Amino acid sequence: MGDLGYIAPEIILLIGGLFIFCLDLAYDPGVGKKSGLSYMALSALFLTAALVAAVLQLNISDPEAGPKVAFSMMTIDNFGSFIKVTIFSGMVLTTIAGGRYMNRRSGNQGEFWTFFLMVSLAMSIAVSANNLVLVYLAIEFLSITSYMLAGFLRDNRRSNEAGLKYFLYGSIASAVMLYGISLLYGATGSLYLHDIAAAFSEMLGESTEVSGLAFAALPAMLLILAGLGFKASLAPFYQWAPDTYDGSPTPVATYLSTASKAAAFAVLARFFVVAMASFEVNWVPVLAAFSIITMTMGNLAALRQNSVKRMIAYSSVAQAGYILMGLVAVTSSSPSAMDGLNGVLLYLFAYLFTNVGAFLVVMALEETVDSTHISAYRGLIKRAPWLAVMFTIFLLSLTGIPLTGGFFGKFYVFGAAIQRQYFWLAGIGAINAGIAAFYYLRVVREMFFTQEGEGEALDVPMALQTSLLICTIATLWIGVYPSAVLEWVSNASGQLLSVVP
Amino acid sequence: MDSPDSIVLTILLFWPLVSALLVILLGRSDSLIKKGSIVASLLPLGLSIYLLFEYDSGTGGMQFEQFAEWIPQLNAGYHLGVDGLSVPLIFLTALLSTLSLYYSAGVINERVKEYFFLMHLLEFSMIGVFLALDYVLFYVFWEISLVPMYFLIGIWGGENRGYAATKFFIYTLVGSVAMLLAILGVYFATGTFDIVEAAAAQPFAGNLTLASLAFWGFFFGFAFKVPSFPFHTWLPDAHTEAPTAGSVILAGVLLKLGAYGMLRIMLPSFPEASVYWATWIVGLGAFAIVYGAFVCVAQTDLKRLIAYSSVSHMGYVMLGIGAAAAVMTPEALASAVNRFGLSAAAIQDSAAMALNGAALQMFNHGIITGALFFLVGIIYERAHTRDLSKFGGLATKTPHFYALMLTAAFASLGLPGLAGFWAELFTFRGAFAIMPYWAAFGTIGIVITAVYILYRIIQNVFLGDYDPSKHTHWTTVQGEHADGPTDMVGFEKVTMWPLIVAMFVIGIYPTPLVNYFNKSARELLAFVQNLI
Repeated sequence: MGDLGYIAPEIILLIGGLFIFCLDLAYDPGVGKKSGLSYMALSALFLTAALVAAVLQLNISDPEAGPKVAFSMMTIDNFGSFIKVTIFSGMVLTTIAGGRYMNRRSGNQGEFWTFFLMVSLAMSIAVSANNLVLVYLAIEFLSITSYMLAGFLRDNRRSNEAGLKYFLYGSIASAVMLYGISLLYGATGSLYLHDIAAAFSEMLGESTEVSGLAFAALPAMLLILAGLGFKASLAPFYQWAPDTYDGSPTPVATYLSTASKAAAFAVLARFFVVAMASFEVNWVPVLAAFSIITMTMGNLAALRQNSVKRMIAYSSVAQAGYILMGLVAVTSSSPSAMDGLNGVLLYLFAYLFTNVGAFLVVMALEETVDSTHISAYRGLIKRAPWLAVMFTIFLLSLTGIPLTGGFFGKFYVFGAAIQRQYFWLAGIGAINAGIAAFYYLRVVREMFFTQEGEGEALDVPMALQTSLLICTIATLWIGVYPSAVLEWVSNASGQLLSVVP
Repeated sequence: MDSPDSIVLTILLFWPLVSALLVILLGRSDSLIKKGSIVASLLPLGLSIYLLFEYDSGTGGMQFEQFAEWIPQLNAGYHLGVDGLSVPLIFLTALLSTLSLYYSAGVINERVKEYFFLMHLLEFSMIGVFLALDYVLFYVFWEISLVPMYFLIGIWGGENRGYAATKFFIYTLVGSVAMLLAILGVYFATGTFDIVEAAAAQPFAGNLTLASLAFWGFFFGFAFKVPSFPFHTWLPDAHTEAPTAGSVILAGVLLKLGAYGMLRIMLPSFPEASVYWATWIVGLGAFAIVYGAFVCVAQTDLKRLIAYSSVSHMGYVMLGIGAAAAVMTPEALASAVNRFGLSAAAIQDSAAMALNGAALQMFNHGIITGALFFLVGIIYERAHTRDLSKFGGLATKTPHFYALMLTAAFASLGLPGLAGFWAELFTFRGAFAIMPYWAAFGTIGIVITAVYILYRIIQNVFLGDYDPSKHTHWTTVQGEHADGPTDMVGFEKVTMWPLIVAMFVIGIYPTPLVNYFNKSARELLAFVQNLI
């Protein structure tokens, strides 16, 4: 039972996915009568069960005890469980909110929600994998299901473009990553992260000279970074992101920009912090450069967008830059309260609820007035006051204003950078926060600063409202009283750092 | 650490937030919201008066302290406390908030619920900044004060309100993020977010480079808010576009947050860097006094004029703070003794005087400029323009308005017998002993102030013959047509008189107020002297 118990969330998702798939095959009420909402409900049910399983794993495990290994290829530690809680929360909220949206736009509901569960399964495996082949398989699994979901609206050209673009970039990125993995295997003779780390630290020994095959580590690292950077939408591998987020069905864009990104960062963190521990001096400047380019490019591009969906797409590229800042400032040698890894985890958790919420607002507008253009938000306070207020809270959280989760995320990553004395990195992050405020506020300005007459009140679906409310409460909760989350976060990062040789 | 009645501060802090939520939850009708808000704001006002009486200036130090755990992982706590500097400023905040709510009840008729919600939220954040003794808490309140003001300008502002609100938000945000980085630097140097403990631990002592970096990080945060030249460019736009009560709070309290931060954080935490950079602070202050005054003379918009006069008047605060900073450490004091041939005690007295002047100016500027912005709002409600060329000879038509404007303008000019005089006297008396040339340069501003007050405001608007053809579109304050300017009505008089009385009281007998400030100024100087 032991190993199976460790992978309970994955098993639940697999059963759920197959169940919906079979049900869809077996049950055919006739053309035009299929309602996707029951599939959506089933999907939400299984995801919630997986979420509960992950929360239990997080709570049961003793932070002092080491991580557990399931089937030798998966590490079940607090780090993975915390990321799973994050990912599953996002998936549940997206599922509940997205039911009606998908129902209106596509007839193949069974397929869609099957893939939705499978995508969650793929992310879940990816964040626990401690073997590079399993990492590759999970990422590939995640990518292929995502390509299909992004292009799911067959009759919609924009959706087709989104899927195709994602596929073309993605397939190259995974090929590049695979090449990097093979280099690492050649250099160290192992695919297990901790064995790779041990092999490298033996090669390097006490000397600073690069000996043996250690020189292969640097190209391998860059190649793998390119593959994972694509998933996390880091510059310069982000060009697919705005088009894909913009064209995909909004529930898909929502998880691509949040849960999928969280998974990519978890894999990145595990790979760099564990396997590449000996090369910290080499990868820190590389990641720092990526961080700066990512946030600056994302912000500058977001400034010019007139579609709110596209603006959030670019902003989520910029946010990835901030998250990476935390990874740059990771201190494996002397863990402290404000470690970079804590920053990454806290940021991801807060960002997930915030950005899911922001995308759900976009979805609500698409549902009611069928537009993502900024002019559709004009005077929203009069037509849908609560929607406008909640969107403002999400935008303020993305800006990093206190009493929202986004503030403590930024607080931690900036703190980690200052702690490592990367003042220039923190400084550039600070300037970027100012730039970002400009385009976030532009939307707030449209929503509130108009005296124009009353429009028709918007009829936002109940399920969507519920999801939005949960996102809002979570965002404010992290912002007002982050202690509980911080406890989880520090246990999670502590366990990951404890295995670093 | 908790004193028995420390709960006072928590009630004072959270009551405005409760009021804001009550507005949202129970605000069924506009008149209920207005009356309820005014009544609700009396509690913080009452508590702030209670603090004025109960704060023991004899003992000094932090009183009414309250401590609770908040984020134990970071060693950041819910730590509140007041000293001689913050007690009067909290009173100022509560007073201006109540008056603003009362005045707004008379003139705001659109989106009333949102407006009163935001006003309470604003009071909550401002009181929070003055009470917080923990960096994280301080920063939280500091930043959230931006949000309600942003909406107040953006929704109820003038034509160009969107631009002005965004500019206000982004400028101050950039400054605050710089401050955030400095806060984090202090945290890693001292291991605590407690403002008092961190200052006692002297972050970066002996490392002037890092101390200067942190010093300037804080300075950017505070200078944008004060606003110090050259960071002041958001201010005229924000003031001109903001609704009357928004301008009053902005000038009356929000600008003080920056100067308060300098006194509470920068001077005690980085004495060496403060001494090193003091000349810069004094220079920026003196330059702002003169520059602001000259720009005022050129204004054609009455509200913009008053806004620029804030730049000039907040320069006095910077001048006083910088002058005191220059002789804070024992070495700096010793070298000043050599330079001027005065006794150490005399120079310390001057430094304390400069600090008292700065603090007094903060308080008085809040009262005086708050009153001036109310008066501008009162005339704008009738004329629907602020163009100075449209006015003239109003003295005979609106005698009550004239009398109040005359008082406030003379107080702003520094006429003895009114509040503004003492602040100028103390600041310049203190600064002359320490930085004579800069202080002398600053006095040019006093002369120019007389020019724009007497010539641009008094003569231009009130004196001479009334010419009805200059401006034809007059209404009463309720928006009904009127044939010419009408005098102030009841609610406007009620709003104004407390401020006018305060100007006279402080002008004639400033001692009680100075006692609070003097205690904390002496404590600050003694704290720094005893560090080494």
